[in-house]
Amino acid sequence: MFEKKHEMLKKLARKFALNEISPYAQEIDQTGKYPEELAKKIIECKFNCITIPEVYGGCGGDTRSNAIVTEEIARVCASSVSQIMPNSLSGSPLMLFGNEEQKQKYLRGMAEGTMIGAFGITEPGAGSDTSAITTTADKEGDYYILNGRKCFITNGPICDFITIFAKTDTKAKGVSGISAFIVEATWKGFSRGKIEDKLGIRGSKTCDIVFENVKVPKENLLGKEGQGFKICMATLDSGRITVASQGLGIAQGAFDEAVKFTKERVQFGKPISKLQNTQFELADMATKIQCARLLVYDAALKKDTGKPYSMEAAMAKYYCGDLCNDVAYRSLQLHGGYGFMKDYAIERMFRDARIVSIYEGTSEIQKVVIAGHILGK
Amino acid sequence: MENINQYKNVWVYAEQRQEVITPVVFELLGEGKKIAKETGSELCAFLIGNNVASLANELIAYGAEKVYLAESPLLENYTTDGYAKVLSDAINEYKPEIVLYGATHIGRDLAPRIAARVNTGLTADCTKLEVDPEDKKLKQTRPAFGGNLMATIVCPNHRPQMSTVRTGVMEKSIRNEENNGTVINVNLKLVKEDIRTIVIEIVKHKKDMVSLTDAEVIVSGGKGLGCAEGFKMLKELADTLGGTVGASRAAVDAGWIENANQVGQTGTTVKPKIYFACGISGAIQHLAGMSDADFIIAINKNAMAPIFNVADYGIVGDVNEVVPMLIEAFTQYNNEKELA
Amino acid sequence: MNILVCAKQVPNTNEVKIDPVKGTLIREGVESILNPDDANALEEALKIKDKYEDVKITVLSMGPPQADDMLRECLAMGADEAILVSDRAFGGSDTWATSNTISAAIKNAGKFDIIFAGRQAIDGDTAQVGPQIAEKLGLPQVTYVQNFEINGDEVTVQRQLENGYEVIKVKTPVLLTTVKELNKPRYMNVKGIYDACEKEIQVWGVNDIPVDKETIGLKASPTKVFRSFTPAPKGKGVMLEGSLKEKVNALMSGLKQKHII
Repeated sequence: MFEKKHEMLKKLARKFALNEISPYAQEIDQTGKYPEELAKKIIECKFNCITIPEVYGGCGGDTRSNAIVTEEIARVCASSVSQIMPNSLSGSPLMLFGNEEQKQKYLRGMAEGTMIGAFGITEPGAGSDTSAITTTADKEGDYYILNGRKCFITNGPICDFITIFAKTDTKAKGVSGISAFIVEATWKGFSRGKIEDKLGIRGSKTCDIVFENVKVPKENLLGKEGQGFKICMATLDSGRITVASQGLGIAQGAFDEAVKFTKERVQFGKPISKLQNTQFELADMATKIQCARLLVYDAALKKDTGKPYSMEAAMAKYYCGDLCNDVAYRSLQLHGGYGFMKDYAIERMFRDARIVSIYEGTSEIQKVVIAGHILGK
Repeated sequence: MENINQYKNVWVYAEQRQEVITPVVFELLGEGKKIAKETGSELCAFLIGNNVASLANELIAYGAEKVYLAESPLLENYTTDGYAKVLSDAINEYKPEIVLYGATHIGRDLAPRIAARVNTGLTADCTKLEVDPEDKKLKQTRPAFGGNLMATIVCPNHRPQMSTVRTGVMEKSIRNEENNGTVINVNLKLVKEDIRTIVIEIVKHKKDMVSLTDAEVIVSGGKGLGCAEGFKMLKELADTLGGTVGASRAAVDAGWIENANQVGQTGTTVKPKIYFACGISGAIQHLAGMSDADFIIAINKNAMAPIFNVADYGIVGDVNEVVPMLIEAFTQYNNEKELA
Repeated sequence: MNILVCAKQVPNTNEVKIDPVKGTLIREGVESILNPDDANALEEALKIKDKYEDVKITVLSMGPPQADDMLRECLAMGADEAILVSDRAFGGSDTWATSNTISAAIKNAGKFDIIFAGRQAIDGDTAQVGPQIAEKLGLPQVTYVQNFEINGDEVTVQRQLENGYEVIKVKTPVLLTTVKELNKPRYMNVKGIYDACEKEIQVWGVNDIPVDKETIGLKASPTKVFRSFTPAPKGKGVMLEGSLKEKVNALMSGLKQKHII
């Protein structure tokens, strides 16, 4: 399942996460600010451009590599995973459908750390029901006039560009009228909403983006008109493995905390790790994490070797989304009162876990995808 | 090696810097005397430098029966090339059986170079030296694996048997004005071109404030200090030992010191050589951050405080009375060390 | 400029614990790592490569076959070439025999302007191999290097002392041993790892290097291990008795006696 380069990458990512990210995890969560120095170090290690092809300034790496790094980072700080988003959510639309100029500009920008990207499909009226988007892009000569609002956009407050999905043909049935565009934040009419006050991953900034008659040059149409929905689904499909690894990382991190705490906490004259309930809890969590691990990396391996992976990716995301919440809950329970205090990392991990079963396709959507593979369309 | 029986006597490399003998030399003379006695041979010192003849008398007073003196303007400052040539040539000429060096920055630069030149064995950073009662060979014990393992090393077939010896471990020899000894001037075959490095400048300085994780000595304060002022006193104690100040969570929460100094579960984990826990009760969360320290000294009014379970030395008492006494004791100790 | 870095793969002795029952070292689960001082040595070489044109860095290690993992990490950090000197014949070498082997390998590898080596390895803790290699190669040495500058063929370094430092000038070729204060070693990066996995690490055995077989391995080593043992476990602590003054005095003499101070 893994080659030498994956072993080395895991060692690097783990060392980096422990030494560089972990000391700041609490501060990042509490202030919502991401230290510039740390963001720079992540770029120096090239964690931000693992999967971006070399010809656009990236490392040309595979899905397993990205999953490994995502897992190790999430293990100490789930918010930090946004720093490597170009590998998946913000990079995939361009990697899969961008033309040469678009890739050289935007992919390279993200690989070199000079640009921050974002991905905008969700709207106030369109979450799981992606086809219900109402943002419009009306063709006018060499431009498309963009009007609408996207919400819950990760990196929204700080992005330099965003790949969005809008209706270019409002008369078309279903999803065939949707097109994808790369929209730059400096363009007139582009504005950002207030930064959301979230339950978890508070170190990752989120806001609404509003488009008021934004003139998008036709060169910034991504793919072909009407291809938007396909681009969106392809991106989410491919990103599933990354989010699953984030969930896996959170589960592993929460589990690590439980092991550490139960060895130290003494009650009834001995460490609580000697109590059978603790042992059974740890054994059960460890087993489920191992299942999650195999799901994630098997899906990644399938993708890397050109095999169909869509169902396995959905399974991994579904399983990990639920698992990280379960493990975080149980680990916090093992911490007792201490787990309820912000001084203990598990408190943050518990809150961070909550998003994994929701974003980039809820667990319910994942089940729809899986059932679709089983039963056929 | 041909006839190792030709090698006789115990030599001590009498390291000097700017005409001051490095303190470890007196420890080597103390240990060397014992070894010379057990091997039935003479204790000699090897002194290299410029204008250092007067130091020879000190070495004799501390027990050297012979002092080999190698003087030259070229040897004013330590250089590897200069000192290694002089001492290697002398080893080849006089054939000492044993040569001891202090494991100082100089000793650890010089000794291996010499060992490679005269092709003999060298054991680094020895903490114990013994003479085997039967074969009279030197058994050299030293720490390895970061101190987790001790190894006893022998050099059966090569001479001289050489060791660098950890400073501050062996017993210093006792100065005796009555001691007699001879000074032998060593013929030098040293020219300027032999020395390839140039010492431009020697700079002495006091070490800057060290971080908690790097500190070798930490003086930590807790609720038992009673007030913020207490930390000034702890800083004074830390300064006498070149250490850093730490704190328990209780002291940080009370606003007596910044939380950067906090040691413990939700603070910093430390592993110093010496940890003073002053007025700290020893809650598990604090112990989690410091129980791996090499040596723990606890001071607390409460004899039942859990900190005493992990302390190597426990003092039951008011920290505000005990710490000033410790400051005095360590200051005095430092003065004695400098004068020695 | 050609730079050679001597590196060793070591167990992470900071993580090694002693079995309280058997009194032996617990080595399982202890990671093998690039010796920390050697990471500083490599980093300084990489800094020179960052700054100047036409710098080639070769990393060389004497070790068992699995040391190639460590060498690959050095390549991933930015070294150009890696050589592993490995053979059963080298087994059991003390520092003298090791330095004979490594210096022969270095002669085989080419001519170098600077050889960087870490001051000491965290398993052997001797700090002897660097200076002994310098002697065998006939090179000047400076140990405990905490600061480094180069100007043409002249190197200016700060040599760390216990209470300060010396500023020393020396012309290349030279061997320098490095301490942790010299620099902060960089991390590998993802691209570096991918490239390193494509590179071949040369492996040299005893017949590949110009070494006298009588001067290598356990048999030729002048020093031998008589025995090894784990240090006595920490006993229970002592509660000092008497008046406060007496307690303090007892503390001071105890500390002196145990060589803690």
